[in-house]
Amino acid sequence: MQPLTRTSPALELCAVDKSFGAVHAVRAVSLRIAKSAITGIVGENGAGKSTLMSIVYGLFQADGGDILIDGKEVRIASPCDAIAHGIGMVHQHFMLVETFTVLENLVLGAEGGPLLAKGLAAARAELARLARDYGLAIDPDALVADLSVGEQQRVEILKVLFRGARILILDEPSAVLTPQETDQLFRILRALTAEGVAVVLITHKLREVMAATDTVYVMRQGELVAERRTADTNPEELAELMVGRKVLLSLDKEAPQRGQVRLRAEGLSLTDGQGVAVLDGINLELRAGEIVGIAGVSGNGQSELLQVLAGIRKPTGGRLTVCGRVLDVDRPVDPAEMRALGVAHVPEDRRRQGMVGAFRASETAILGYQAEPPFSRNHLLDLPAAFSHCADLMARFDVRPRAPGLPSAHFSGGNQQKLILAREMARKPKVLLVGQPTRGVDIGAIEFIHRQLVQARDEGCAVLVISAELDEILALADRILVMFEGRIAGEVEAGRAHERSLGLLMAGATLS
Amino acid sequence: MTRNALPVWAEIVLLPLANIVLAFLAVGVIVVMIGVNPFEALKLLVLGALGSKESIGYTLYYATNFTFTGLAVAVAFHAGLFNIGGEGQAYIGGLGCGLAVLALDSILPGWLLIPIAIVAAALFGAAWAAVPAWLQAWRGSHIVITTIMFNFVASALMVYLLVNVLIAPRSMTPQSRGFGVAGQLPSMPGSALNLSIVLAALCCVGVWVFLWRTPTGYALRTMGHNPDAALYAGTDLKRMTMLAMCLSGALAGFVGVNELLGVHHRIVLDFSAGYGFAGIAVALMGRNHPAGIALAALLFGALQQGGAELAFDIPGMTREMVVVIQGLIILFSGALVQLPRPWLQAVFARGR
Repeated sequence: MQPLTRTSPALELCAVDKSFGAVHAVRAVSLRIAKSAITGIVGENGAGKSTLMSIVYGLFQADGGDILIDGKEVRIASPCDAIAHGIGMVHQHFMLVETFTVLENLVLGAEGGPLLAKGLAAARAELARLARDYGLAIDPDALVADLSVGEQQRVEILKVLFRGARILILDEPSAVLTPQETDQLFRILRALTAEGVAVVLITHKLREVMAATDTVYVMRQGELVAERRTADTNPEELAELMVGRKVLLSLDKEAPQRGQVRLRAEGLSLTDGQGVAVLDGINLELRAGEIVGIAGVSGNGQSELLQVLAGIRKPTGGRLTVCGRVLDVDRPVDPAEMRALGVAHVPEDRRRQGMVGAFRASETAILGYQAEPPFSRNHLLDLPAAFSHCADLMARFDVRPRAPGLPSAHFSGGNQQKLILAREMARKPKVLLVGQPTRGVDIGAIEFIHRQLVQARDEGCAVLVISAELDEILALADRILVMFEGRIAGEVEAGRAHERSLGLLMAGATLS
Repeated sequence: MTRNALPVWAEIVLLPLANIVLAFLAVGVIVVMIGVNPFEALKLLVLGALGSKESIGYTLYYATNFTFTGLAVAVAFHAGLFNIGGEGQAYIGGLGCGLAVLALDSILPGWLLIPIAIVAAALFGAAWAAVPAWLQAWRGSHIVITTIMFNFVASALMVYLLVNVLIAPRSMTPQSRGFGVAGQLPSMPGSALNLSIVLAALCCVGVWVFLWRTPTGYALRTMGHNPDAALYAGTDLKRMTMLAMCLSGALAGFVGVNELLGVHHRIVLDFSAGYGFAGIAVALMGRNHPAGIALAALLFGALQQGGAELAFDIPGMTREMVVVIQGLIILFSGALVQLPRPWLQAVFARGR
């Protein structure tokens, strides 16, 4: 492949290859990361982009191929080598000590001597320089726990720059940010490129690739399938390259046919063990035949709301009416009872809640319904019935591989999600609660899952979707509620919603 | 993960076998160090365990105890609970069945008394496990700590009862009066093997059916693998913790049936000594599956019986030495159970 960039690259990979047993994760990938530019690497889950960057960062060793930095061949055997070569990585999940200050976090692992004072003073000076050069202002004495998520990410970037990184790799950096914070992040990255830093952005959000990058590489099944100048491409083309076929990015759906109220929350509150109001007087109504989307930055009470609605956590105040049955603090409800009332729940964290990795898919397919016929007869499990039920679900929801006997953990994220969704939709629930419907799911499967949710709605199901992906909420929901600090900050009709106004609500502003 | 997986048969057969071989190698070194021919010792061990009808009987009698405590550990383990209290539960289970017999052996016939005594053993064992289970479920006290402490409580309680309350009139030893004939299980002449082994076999089948063929067992295993998923599925974790521990305690309590109804025919001190803890190793070695536990229990039974013969026949082999050998085997098949795995994986990876 002819490189498009003519300047000497900061990082060059030549025919890098990596296999895990029978899985060929990275196939002879050659690419160039230019200095003073933002390079995007996009691809579905399992396309090999994270593996590739782990090789660059020294977490894995390549089976073949060369890594060149500033034109010189290098061997990177560990993250220490990578740091020594000026490579820095900002992980999706922050690696900060919350009870330490920004400065203390910064010197962690680079203390510079047996006594802290000297290292801290040097770090303080360096931090001032970085803040000046890159516009990365932050209070060095603030406790990390007191910082917003966007600021914490800035600390992560500072940590990397503090160690002298000239090549900055960011893995899904916007997953926890509001649109405004994301824009700010991209401004910071742009400032870094002006100082000669090479930025690599790993993401699956095509909108961000279009907004932030100069060049984009597309990976599919371990191979590099395309290199494009961002200005010369569009989201539709990138999606097609990622999946290998045409993908519908927008979702066609009719106007909702709203029916009776299936679920009503009045003043629903939840106070946690420390006395913090995680949910603070939530009022909402969910009608048959509509999809209500709950948007918000992660950690503003969405998870807790979902758990209270599903009966997993008991509310500490307020009232919940589900299909005509009134439930409150004095008359709490458990998940089994919720299921009996016709509430199905696709949990946010499918690996932790929705399935047992070591169980066969056929056992996961009856989780929560194990004590009901036809899976249970005379207090004995009917395993053949579970097996054929699972095979049936797999066929209807296109779960691959079609192997009910395979341990659940061996399926990809998208296929696990399809199986759980199939399980929950199998009984034609009156209310369907869905948390993060497509987190870690491939684009192809996202399309399928979204269509299933819309179809459930059209059949009269009341659907509640909680998602950290604003695009997803915008695509699916008929009404959008935004949560901020445990309260509903505002409600927007889907037709009139746009990212700006939702972003403001997510950040705590009120709509005038 | 998948690339490192061993074939199922290697997982079930080869890995435990490799553990035993390693253990015997380590034992061999020690035996040589005390100046005994290891092959001679091995021969005596095997003959002692399996050489005659009587020795086989004793091996099976010991295996019965190990099966009960192994199953007890396994049931709790599948629920994600580590029951270290098999020792005390077995002890108190014995108290239960002993009290039932002492109270009723003059009025009830054996066919009625024995089932009552067995149920009493289960109830007392379960009750002794229920307290730590309750403390764990409602108070968050760690079950490992509380079950261990309950072993000591059980031990002290039994000494008190046997010295002050249950001691036979005019007896100098702290033990109860002998059971009437109605309270004695039929046993094999010349050995301690008795009908309890049938109960052990039934328990193996019962535990398997319960864990893998009932919705409740399914929910129990779900909790053990993933409490969040169990909660999501509508399982009451507190009640499930109680259920798992009570079943576990009941199984351990059956040691009392084998020991008191089958052998001693009276309540004695320390009849449960060692079986509760060995049950942990039995369960680990048997991979928490009833079939594996039965096999591991047979091995431990053979070691117990063969070891006793060994101590008897070779002057250099004291009783303590035999305990060291058993300890090493428990160490290799219990704590170090994963030790040979990388080597086996390498062998299989190369064969591919």
